[in-house]
Amino acid sequence: MSFPLLTVTAAVPAVGAVLTAAVPAARRTAAKWLALLFSLATLALAVLVAVRFEPGGARYQLTESHAWIADFGVRYELGVDGIGVALIALTALLIPFVIGAGWNDADPLETSSSRWRPTQGFFALILMVEAMVIISFEATDVFLFYIFFEAMLIPMYFLIGGFGDRAHAGSDENAAAQRSYAAVKFLLYNLVGGLIMLAAVIGLYVVAGNFSLQEITAARAAGTLDMATNTERLLFLGFFFAFAVKAPLWPLHTWLPNAMGEATAPVAVLITAVVDKVGTFAMLRFCLGLFPEASKWATPAILVLALISIVYGALVAVGQRDIKRLVAYASISHFGFIIMGIFAMTSQGQSGATLYMVNHGISTAALMLVAGFLISRRGSRLIADYGGVQKVAPVLAGTFLIGGLATLSLPGLAPFVSEFLVLVGTFARYPVIGIIATIGIVLAALYTLVLYQRTMTGPVKAEVSGMHDLRLREVLVVAPLIVLLIGLGVYPKPLTQIVNPAVEHTMSDVHEKDPKPQVAVEAKNGEAAK
Amino acid sequence: MENLIGLLIAAPLLGAAVLLLGGRRLDKAGHWLGTLFAAASFGIGVALFTDMLGRGAEDRTLHEKLYTWIPVEGFQADVAFQLDQLSMTFVLLISGVGTLIHIYSIGYMEHDERRRRFFGYLNLFLAAMLLLVLADNYLLLYVGWEGVGLASYLLIGFWQHKPSAATAAKKAFLVNRVGDMGLSIAIMLLFTTFGTFAFGPVFASVGNATEGKLTAIALMLLLAACGKSAQVPLQSWLGDAMEGPTPVSALIHAATMVTAGVYLIVRSAAVFNGAPDAQLVVTVVGAVTLIFGAIVGCAKDDIKKALAGSTMSQIGYMILAAGLGPVGYVFAIMHLVTHGFFKAGLFLGAGSVMHGMNDEVDMRKYGALRKFMPVTFVTFGLGYLAIIGFPGLSGFFSKDMIIEAAFAKGGTQGWILGGVALLGAGITAFYMTRVMLLTFFGEKRWQPDAQGHEPHPHESPSSMTIPMIILAFGSVFAGAFFEIGERFLKWLEPVTGYEHGNSPVSAMAVTASTMVVLVVGVALAWSMYGRRPVPVVAPRGSLLTRAARRDLYQDDFNHVVLVRGGEHLTRSLVYLDHSLVDGVVNGTAAAVGGASGRLRKLQNGYARSYAVSMFGGTAILVAATLLMRAV
Repeated sequence: MSFPLLTVTAAVPAVGAVLTAAVPAARRTAAKWLALLFSLATLALAVLVAVRFEPGGARYQLTESHAWIADFGVRYELGVDGIGVALIALTALLIPFVIGAGWNDADPLETSSSRWRPTQGFFALILMVEAMVIISFEATDVFLFYIFFEAMLIPMYFLIGGFGDRAHAGSDENAAAQRSYAAVKFLLYNLVGGLIMLAAVIGLYVVAGNFSLQEITAARAAGTLDMATNTERLLFLGFFFAFAVKAPLWPLHTWLPNAMGEATAPVAVLITAVVDKVGTFAMLRFCLGLFPEASKWATPAILVLALISIVYGALVAVGQRDIKRLVAYASISHFGFIIMGIFAMTSQGQSGATLYMVNHGISTAALMLVAGFLISRRGSRLIADYGGVQKVAPVLAGTFLIGGLATLSLPGLAPFVSEFLVLVGTFARYPVIGIIATIGIVLAALYTLVLYQRTMTGPVKAEVSGMHDLRLREVLVVAPLIVLLIGLGVYPKPLTQIVNPAVEHTMSDVHEKDPKPQVAVEAKNGEAAK
Repeated sequence: MENLIGLLIAAPLLGAAVLLLGGRRLDKAGHWLGTLFAAASFGIGVALFTDMLGRGAEDRTLHEKLYTWIPVEGFQADVAFQLDQLSMTFVLLISGVGTLIHIYSIGYMEHDERRRRFFGYLNLFLAAMLLLVLADNYLLLYVGWEGVGLASYLLIGFWQHKPSAATAAKKAFLVNRVGDMGLSIAIMLLFTTFGTFAFGPVFASVGNATEGKLTAIALMLLLAACGKSAQVPLQSWLGDAMEGPTPVSALIHAATMVTAGVYLIVRSAAVFNGAPDAQLVVTVVGAVTLIFGAIVGCAKDDIKKALAGSTMSQIGYMILAAGLGPVGYVFAIMHLVTHGFFKAGLFLGAGSVMHGMNDEVDMRKYGALRKFMPVTFVTFGLGYLAIIGFPGLSGFFSKDMIIEAAFAKGGTQGWILGGVALLGAGITAFYMTRVMLLTFFGEKRWQPDAQGHEPHPHESPSSMTIPMIILAFGSVFAGAFFEIGERFLKWLEPVTGYEHGNSPVSAMAVTASTMVVLVVGVALAWSMYGRRPVPVVAPRGSLLTRAARRDLYQDDFNHVVLVRGGEHLTRSLVYLDHSLVDGVVNGTAAAVGGASGRLRKLQNGYARSYAVSMFGGTAILVAATLLMRAV
């Protein structure tokens, strides 16, 4: 038996979580370093996964398969395709930055006499989420996936409810109440989605007799597993609902602004950049793979909802007064793009959507983490409380601007590549939807630049006049993200070459081919085409 | 030789990176470094130019592919460059005039503590513009296109502590983004039609596409061009963009940015030639903007804003010419180059005036400056003569050709377009004479400011005047140089194509009419501003004057409809999102699962209740699996 690389990649952060939690109360700093160490080890393993993965090889690689609950045909089956590799890499990449940015976010307040160890708990929970997200990207057994899809709610719930943003306008009790509301809302939305999915998972078992994604997909493609049209549609809806809550898709999005607003900035990044990606990932892998016909049946409705998400999310972002909620609505708009790309059913759309998941993760992390640094300095999340920051903290303002430019998909930065692919892939099949979606390009510039203008430019407000520029730890968190944004914008090939073959498989799952160009293209006259 | 193409862009890009990341260490040398990188780019450009001249007209296009940028199934975008006569013209203009503006800025920005950063942004601007004109496909062009937008955003808002500057920068970017929508849609259309958006294969295959498709693509490209080139209806950012330091205005108006739209249309000549309806729209946009800008230019008392109106108007000429098809492409670019010289010269001159006048921009508070700033007066004066089309100077040749070409379009359209172009020449003569008279002639009208400081107008340092002198040379001689032996026409024709057209009026008649309207315009301005003293406070003015002062109410319209309307829309959506969407979804959940009661309970002592509900969840799970076993 070969080395179980995927299991180990998911297990390392889990072990790290346990060890971090066990660090004695007095050794807080040790717990931080331990967590960072484990997250870096996970990153190393994720890089190894990417290196070992052969883009031209089998669809699922590095597979592991063991009997688990034999009675129900539940197996411990892992395997990754290019999409999984990309998202595991994203997750493993972001967690060290989340930890680095949240370094002091969970230090016990001097006034508190809490018996528990918040710092240890905070970092242990982050690592726990990482472990569960990674295994969700690896699971090729539907039931196994479901378990971790649901289980990650638990640590997330505690991260949102237990470690709020200390910059809060209201009193402490007020803050605690809002935090608790956000956490419960997050939990309930996702639990409801999960329960519906559970019913669909069971239904799938009844129809297919096992939980193996590979077997069912193959049988569906070969035509040996027939589903009644209505059965397929119902099951599809069950799965899709859960993923649409998590992604989140309009109108199931309202938990996200609460959760991102109340959580600390690093946890907000964890939610939108990492955990939510499981939802869009699962649409691509499970909805399209298991229920190809139903996916096509639902496509028009889903595209319209995605389009609403894009425009609506952006418009509501424009009207926000709270920096973090603004970023949350911007994310809703971006998730609209991702879902649109997935269901456009073109190679460009789906490759673009996968790239979008990765790029959105990086760009939102950059913007949100810098926003967190800003908020922690002034103790307020309200845009109106800032002004003229670029004068006193130019590096902070500069990195914030770059994060913003990435968010508005400036060409040259990574998100442009994915956004344009999604647009062109959608346009190829649905021109009207593609054209309306380009409104998102203008609106993104509006909410980003308005945010920058109101916080960073103009006369220096008295309250920000003594503000520190970014410290070394903070620069170390942001600089690599910016380098990645530029690197993947200029040279996205490392990502596309592992994603493309996976997308080809997905396209054949749904029996779709890209629309052909409408006219023949002549060879360049007289010019040597190199 | 083609290996050098990438270096054209790399030099200023490297400069920008070094200057912006270098930190305070480079404060002392930053401006020299920045100028050096710009000059290096110009040097490489000249080398490539001489090499190109050494080859035959058919053999002048160079290609360089660096790598495949976005490889996705059925979609390929390359980082690849194409250098032909058209891009070569732009390369020399951008890097040449750009370098002069760098040199000028050394003096102009001397007392700005962020001068290093300013030069970093200037370098970025050049790099983006060079990428725009050198890309061999539309998607890479788009990168340069938006890079220009970013650089202009940074430079217009360079004095970010001024709220007006920050607002102007944002406005420029946003209005340009509306244009960018057009460019994105054009590229998507190109992709679905041809399966590619590289210049070579697209232009070779336009014959296979329907006219409807080509018209759609062309109109979307026009929308993009309107954004960058400040053409009606996307012109509103240009006046506000004067918030940037004056060298930035010179750069935006002469060498970069606003010329990008003209480039886009001329580059896409093959597409436009196949879409006559779109071409008609292009000429209309050009003609309307030409008059619009000229009228605005007549009413502004701010010297930079008057010049900004003039830029709009002159770019209108170029767009008009580009819309005429093969009759006008060459002249659009020729006017673009001569305009590059005299408009850069005029802006640098305006900056020099402001430099000596404590940054005063109101021309009503100038007067008689010819005695105090002789070099500025002469160079600005030559630029003035060039732009109004004084016989023998640059603008005379290039503008005359456009007016002729407009008549040559033939039919009623030809008469209308030609007439508008002619009228524009008269208004140009009027407003530019007005600027000249208000600034350099008459009595001195400046007064001590609130603190009792009276401006002491003085000539600017040589780092500023030398670029002005060089540009003045260009303003005087470039047109004649291009025209003798039809040099420019022969140079560019292999790329853009050329047709003589059938003008109903002879070239002599056009020239004669142009001279007449020119004299009328100058005389009118003289009678209003030269003969009698100019009031320091602007009179109320006629209805048209007041409208022109407010940019013909276009901004007010935007403000009421787009800004106010948008604010209402977003506010109500925020409210709806909170009360309706959230409420409905929560309410549904509550109705379905009785969740609201549980929700309230969960909020008090969440940990315990959480455990209970998780337990409930697990119980359901177990029950379900048991049920399945029964099945």
